[in-house]
Amino acid sequence: MIQFDAVHKRFPNGTTAVHDLSLEMPEGGVTVLVGSSGCGKTTTLRMINRMVEPTSGTIQVGGKDITQQDAAELRRSIGYVIQQSGLFPHRTVLDNVATVPLLLGWGRRKARSRAAELLETVGLAADTGRRYPHQLSGGQQQRVGVARALAADPPVLLMDEPFGAVDPVVRTQLQDELLRLQQELSKTIVFVTHDIDEAVRLGDQIAIFRTGGHLVQCATPTELLARPADDFVADFLGAERGLKLLSLTSLAAVPQAPVPEGGTWTLVLDDARKPVHWASKSEPDAQIPVRPLKDTDSLLSALNESVASPTGLIARVDADGVLTGVSSRDDIHEHAGNAHTEARVAA
Amino acid sequence: MYELFKDLGSWLVSGEQWQGTDGIAHRLAEHLQYSLLSTLIAAAIGLPLGLLIGHTGKGAFVAINLASFGRALPTVGLVVLVFLASGLSMTPVYVALVALAVPAIVTNTYAGMTAVDPDVKDAARGQGMRGHQVLFQVELPLALPLIMTGLRLALIQVVATATIAAYVSFGGLGRYVFDGLAQRDLVQVMGGAVLVAVVAIGLDLALSGLQRFLFRHRTA
Repeated sequence: MIQFDAVHKRFPNGTTAVHDLSLEMPEGGVTVLVGSSGCGKTTTLRMINRMVEPTSGTIQVGGKDITQQDAAELRRSIGYVIQQSGLFPHRTVLDNVATVPLLLGWGRRKARSRAAELLETVGLAADTGRRYPHQLSGGQQQRVGVARALAADPPVLLMDEPFGAVDPVVRTQLQDELLRLQQELSKTIVFVTHDIDEAVRLGDQIAIFRTGGHLVQCATPTELLARPADDFVADFLGAERGLKLLSLTSLAAVPQAPVPEGGTWTLVLDDARKPVHWASKSEPDAQIPVRPLKDTDSLLSALNESVASPTGLIARVDADGVLTGVSSRDDIHEHAGNAHTEARVAA
Repeated sequence: MYELFKDLGSWLVSGEQWQGTDGIAHRLAEHLQYSLLSTLIAAAIGLPLGLLIGHTGKGAFVAINLASFGRALPTVGLVVLVFLASGLSMTPVYVALVALAVPAIVTNTYAGMTAVDPDVKDAARGQGMRGHQVLFQVELPLALPLIMTGLRLALIQVVATATIAAYVSFGGLGRYVFDGLAQRDLVQVMGGAVLVAVVAIGLDLALSGLQRFLFRHRTA
């Protein structure tokens, strides 16, 4: 667990970056710090590994005051990923990943074999290790950055806008990958971003900062979306706040029915009973694509799919992609409304 | 004019001219010895200074102003000044040549250090490297191409200027220039000048080739 207690940071030029911050970041969870630029979120993150020293207040990591430890040793025990990856351009990818194990004196052979193992963990091919950072794409470089941070198996991982410089498609992949990794590793992650969608997607807890270094609200994504503390938070969450909440609720509870007989549109299945597309009886050439949804998909994607479907029905499938039934637009709407009510009551 | 070049040609290639203590081979060896020793001493002074200024960011004005100071420094004046103070020895020559070489080394080393991506330095510190580890494992290797450029420029300047050793009665290729001037032997003057130019240009080409080979994997 990371604990901030009345932490204040004023820079020598007089600007206050962090104002009287008290905050707990639970063990094994992802805490996302969001806010517009200059709100102190990066400073807050950098105070955890003493890249920035607080003006007053205390910070504890795992119950120990961080100022009682040697700064370099503290940093070796905390993974650190930054936006432009910050890889060493003169070292191979493998040696980049082996940085902290080497600093800890593991010996070259052991450090390298650990590094090779981590490249696999973050989804990079083994031969990537022999290459130099500039030979990799932006997304691959970020993966290497994550691997380097994980190399010595630190309990805490600090990530400063790690996916800010990659395109949206790669960013989504990297987010998925991080969520998968986190399920395996259960690190205490502190993640800085200015992208609220990324925060909602990754955070177990979201802390919203306002310019001047004020923490405005810290809550679970559901709580935040259902009950923003003030207009600043509501504005920051954006006009689609209601829909974002639906992205956090699965559609498992929405009832299913067999595919109805008759009507203009029929759902075409392949031999394995997997949905292919909607076909029209009156116009044989007309086909509308279908995106079947699993129980783990969100209510938001169900809503989206039902709007795009010619019948208002969505195709539901099991884990193998085999059709289990359909759900109607009305049922989805009803559950969407319920999800909001429940979130408000719970929060 | 044509006669002059013909004489110069035969002066440069005659076997006799290459032998003995006043032969080209011996003078060339002396010249290289003065130049390499001066550059080494200058590197011993300039490299730590440039690295220190670049690493700490303190005293940057020194590194920047040294360059113009180096350009403005009258080398011959300095030789005479130290000569008057210390008497007849190689000291005035080495002092002048080292003073000539240090600015190029400091300025380029400093430039190389400041060109290191701040994100990379931040990441190095953030992974838990101590100050000296950041310096020797990250900053120095990344600044190396520019540091080598500084050493190369310093050596070329020193080679071109080491003729002044002859001015205070010592050897080197400058011997031909000063003796030739004293004897009104134009061929000998030109021979010395051409040799100095060839050595300087040759070293420059060889060293820049070496640099290109060593840093062939670097992008920038």
